[in-house]
Amino acid sequence: MVDVQEKLKEMGPYVEAPDDDMLVCRCEEVTKGEIRQAVHAGMFTIEEIRRYLRSGMGLCQGQTCGKLVKGIVSRELGVAPTDVEPAVARAPMRPIEMRILAEDGGERA
Amino acid sequence: MERIMNHPILGETPERKLVTFTYDGKTLEGYEGEPIATALRAAGVMAHRYTAKRQEPRGVFCAIGRCTDCVMVVDGKPNVRTCITPLVEGMTVETQYGVSNRKEEM
Amino acid sequence: MVPERYELIVIGAGPAGLSAAIEAAKHGIRPIVFDENAKPGGQLFKQIHKFFGSKEHRAKVRGFRIGEELLAEAEEYGVKVVLNATVIGLYEEKEITVKIGDEVRHYKGDSVLVATGASENMVNFKGWTLPGVIGAGAAQTMMNLHHIQPGKRVLMLGSGNVGLVVSFQLLQAGCEVVALADAAPRIGGYGVHAAKVARCGVPFYLSHTIIEAEGTDHVTGVTIGQVGPDWKILPGSEKHFDVDTICLAVGLSPMSQLLKQAGCEMADTKGGYVPVCAEDGATSIDGIYAAGDVSGIEEASSAMIEGRMSGATIACYLGYITEEEKKARVQELESALLALRKGMFAPENRGKLVTRTEEGIDTSMSLLEHGFVAEEEITRYPGVTRKVGIHPVMECTQNIPCNPCQDACPKGCITIGENITSLPVVDTEKACVGCGMCVASCSGQAIFLVDEEVEPGYGEVTLPYEFLPLPQEGDRGVALGRDGKEVCEAVVSKVRSSKAFDHTNLLTIKVPTDMVMKARFFKVES
Repeated sequence: MVDVQEKLKEMGPYVEAPDDDMLVCRCEEVTKGEIRQAVHAGMFTIEEIRRYLRSGMGLCQGQTCGKLVKGIVSRELGVAPTDVEPAVARAPMRPIEMRILAEDGGERA
Repeated sequence: MERIMNHPILGETPERKLVTFTYDGKTLEGYEGEPIATALRAAGVMAHRYTAKRQEPRGVFCAIGRCTDCVMVVDGKPNVRTCITPLVEGMTVETQYGVSNRKEEM
Repeated sequence: MVPERYELIVIGAGPAGLSAAIEAAKHGIRPIVFDENAKPGGQLFKQIHKFFGSKEHRAKVRGFRIGEELLAEAEEYGVKVVLNATVIGLYEEKEITVKIGDEVRHYKGDSVLVATGASENMVNFKGWTLPGVIGAGAAQTMMNLHHIQPGKRVLMLGSGNVGLVVSFQLLQAGCEVVALADAAPRIGGYGVHAAKVARCGVPFYLSHTIIEAEGTDHVTGVTIGQVGPDWKILPGSEKHFDVDTICLAVGLSPMSQLLKQAGCEMADTKGGYVPVCAEDGATSIDGIYAAGDVSGIEEASSAMIEGRMSGATIACYLGYITEEEKKARVQELESALLALRKGMFAPENRGKLVTRTEEGIDTSMSLLEHGFVAEEEITRYPGVTRKVGIHPVMECTQNIPCNPCQDACPKGCITIGENITSLPVVDTEKACVGCGMCVASCSGQAIFLVDEEVEPGYGEVTLPYEFLPLPQEGDRGVALGRDGKEVCEAVVSKVRSSKAFDHTNLLTIKVPTDMVMKARFFKVES
């Protein structure tokens, strides 16, 4: 388990970067700066960040930005991307209309 | 963009049925069954939608239905992936603003 | 609602999934294959180049033809493929949920093979969301499936095999490729793929990346710049190009989320997030298998073999063949797979600079940095020989698993030998008849026929040509060198097309004798 307080101290304060305004998650329009700030607020896992910012939660389900988000988090934390805890994978794996999902298991007319 | 009528490896592009559809009220032509996005590209349409937060233009990015950037309002239904949805005669295709076809809601 | 039960459920009808289903069906299993796309074959139908390898890997056959063959085989063995079927969940108990039409259906498998392939990596830069910035896969889909040019003027980012192959395909589709850039200091893909792009005049910018995509509603230009040792752009190195399309080919990642969801043990590796699995595809969950790119990115040729290995293993798991039968089949397939994993681009060499060939010849640094072998480097390779009369000049300079050229020559002029990755050697004692079979057989388009003197002061070069319009006998133009720059005037003296050449035309051009070792491409005078 990472000691969040220790890690935050080690990382130092969040300093604005010139490309903070650049989009990372295209679907939910989440910027690099927002992700960096989330890390500096103590969110070290992809799971927390996506819950908070919705990065990777849009129509494409993180297929485009997944690796980019991981890269940003790992650089902020100063660890290898493979050391960043990946997000949980759960159904539905692809975007699906709520109506279709809701009817799952029900008797169809 | 230009259609490829004859390709050095794939040969001549098979003949297909020409159909008409509307794009933001304008009548355009395309081939039946090809992705809506292909017909739009042939007509020079690049921006398929404008995003909800930043109102930025988006178009085809992955072309295989993964990235969902090319979604438009098709026959009144929003979020339709135009890169993998076949073109049908008489379709109504509209630019998507956020999740609707109403620009004024931006 | 009762879930439908199958002995084997395959997720993904690409090269790995189809191969696995075919192999399993051959042993008596009736598998079902789900694919979320409208057409089966995965990415094979976008692959219009000739594949590498040897006969057993279907070398020199174009990808889409291999796709057609796979589909025919699947049909022959009664493999059921359900299209537009999106698997939305996979569970430990080998239950899957699939969205088909407007319905979620439940299936239960005695075994499940996940062959979901890979998705494209992306990079972000200023303006990367503008319409006109596309993935390399998107470009392939547009040109090779939907018969439309992705753009008129294109910048390619990425010099791996995908970036190189798609750049060439863009040229074949009539698009202009203004530059090929890569942040890495050296070209990542096969040298032969780079060379065929470079000789068409496409400049390579290694150690360069995109600074900005320009435009308001769509791409109208791009600026690239040189990266320094700290990955920052070197001031003053910026270069601007007017383009309408920027194509990204920066690698692939396994689409392994279904395996993770099922609870398979996973490993986060440099090559992506992959299931921990045995070579036959067995994951940590009994009865769940993985094959193809989802278990680690490789070529389609490898994916097809991996699929077959998994198919045989599953046949044994379900009791259709004995352990001995499985072992024999897996061993046979394994040797074919290992052959593909040999040479300079073997998995263990990934990212490394290989400075010498297996033969001990120095690597062409010009090839790695600029996309073409420099004139002073080319003569060191065993396929590059000089003699009186017509003979092959094989500009094959890297150890890659490929050998169709040696079978192509009816006169035995070309030898690769036992080791499939060896550089081809030309036997100058044997009499070349100039049939051109070797030229057309080379998937890397690296073989030329040279005759130094056909009349006083003039010689001829025969080169592979896969563009339209096809030049005609008597056409005048210019010969281009390996670097794509004009070397001299040239006249087309012969054009040969044949079914046996499979759309690779042989263009013979007449050039001054001192240019026969320089002229490697032809451009009609405009």
